[in-house]
Amino acid sequence: MPEVTSSKNVTVQINGEVRRVSAGSTVAVLLLQSDAPCRISVSGESRTALCGMGICFECRAVIDGIPHRRACQVLCHDGMTVETQK
Amino acid sequence: MTYQFDVLVVGAGPAGLAAATSAAHKLRRVAVLDDNQQPGGQIWRSSIHDAERQRRGSKTRALLAFQQSGAELFRGRQVVDVPRPGVIQAWVDATQTSETFKYDKLILATGARERFLPFSGWTLPGVFGAGGLQALVRGGYEIRGKRVVVAGTGPLLLAVAAHLKEDAAKIITIAEQAPMARLAAFTGSLVRFPGKLGQAIQFKAALLGIPYRTGCWVIAAHGDDHVTGVQLTDGTRTWTEDCDLLACGFHLVGNTELASLIGCSIGENGVVVDTNQQTSVPGVYCAGEPTGIAGVDSAMLQGQIAGLAASGDLREAKLLYRRRNAEAAIGRAMDRAFALRPELLSLARPDTIICRCEDVRLQDLQVQINEQGEWTDAKLQTRCGMGPCQGRICGPAVKELFHWQNTSVRPPIFPVPLAAFCSQASPTDHALSTTQVPSS
Repeated sequence: MPEVTSSKNVTVQINGEVRRVSAGSTVAVLLLQSDAPCRISVSGESRTALCGMGICFECRAVIDGIPHRRACQVLCHDGMTVETQK
Repeated sequence: MTYQFDVLVVGAGPAGLAAATSAAHKLRRVAVLDDNQQPGGQIWRSSIHDAERQRRGSKTRALLAFQQSGAELFRGRQVVDVPRPGVIQAWVDATQTSETFKYDKLILATGARERFLPFSGWTLPGVFGAGGLQALVRGGYEIRGKRVVVAGTGPLLLAVAAHLKEDAAKIITIAEQAPMARLAAFTGSLVRFPGKLGQAIQFKAALLGIPYRTGCWVIAAHGDDHVTGVQLTDGTRTWTEDCDLLACGFHLVGNTELASLIGCSIGENGVVVDTNQQTSVPGVYCAGEPTGIAGVDSAMLQGQIAGLAASGDLREAKLLYRRRNAEAAIGRAMDRAFALRPELLSLARPDTIICRCEDVRLQDLQVQINEQGEWTDAKLQTRCGMGPCQGRICGPAVKELFHWQNTSVRPPIFPVPLAAFCSQASPTDHALSTTQVPSS
């Protein structure tokens, strides 16, 4: 079981903007560091991760074109695209 | 894809790893499924910062023993259904495919989550669970120099504060709602467990100079599009602390959804088990926090016993009963020490969101509250608890606030794309079927 190391960066696109983050960072972290909400709630509020462990579903985002994925459970990879879930 | 195992464990935290390791000493086909990308569960969650994991001896030992045991680990698997006894269906987010796991014996080691209580501003960006913020920092969130208020209740607050401080956050204050007298009694009870007492003292030492206020709690989080301050009270005085982040959780609740789905009896403290950790459903065992919150040492012992019992080694299991039972006493002492004060149950204002998934506010629930209805009524009329988290966050809150009991659990126990129900789900299916499946 190799542990994740943070020795290098990966390039990802978030809401159209290119960002570099440490390899091994979760997508939820990427969204936090980019000041981008994970999702917009049904009454229009910006939401970011709450539980950090895949339970609350507040961090769902569109990751690599697939909607409703829990950003806290997905690791960033080179060439990834992330969009705020609306 | 279909797999077959003698013993299948759900959850790769301390309980699950111990269970699989023990079972694999007797049986050849043993596997663990876990939702996360790395084993260890929440308490042993991996950090992308290298230095941290080296000092955690118990995690290193448990992982090594697990690796040497021959048991397999399946990461990134969300258990969504038990279509019939002996069969588990899992969803793999990374590949957007479904997998089937068949088993002779099943061990549930599904861990715990934080309990959240609604207060004004708790949905603002910058407000996290206490363990939630810690998990995100381990996932790479940079908090150097950020001003953090840690609040809520439970032994987790000290551990989280110490961890965040180590990552160079500026901890403004730790607000523990439990009164000093209760905490003193709890600390006294730890004398029988020198290891735990030592850890508490270590955290306290690491936090020297940071106010640890007991009998103190959050009234509201302030801010427009991000938290900027937290209003605190000690019951007589009310003040505001400016901050960049709020880490707030109210102890833990066990993840009992899978046990419920299988039909295991659930009692006041959690999943009901016998002396060998077997649930009311023969062949299904449960270990760790779902049986009652009691911490990592209890979880490992329960896991070991469950693994031994599931693989037929009852004699060996019996040798661990005494230590397991002693650890359970810690759990009960924690329940007493960190019991919620009544003031916490009236923090929500009429426009405060109770159900974050569906943005159901306290005022929307007024009819069901006034008529002393049940959660089912509220679900049907307001969608409270009907969103993607399926009531995992608002459920424990409405139980405390309105005495609404959690109702039956139905599959899928996590929302999945409709592709999960197709026998040959392909990665392209999602494009046609991204609709969330209603929970109940």
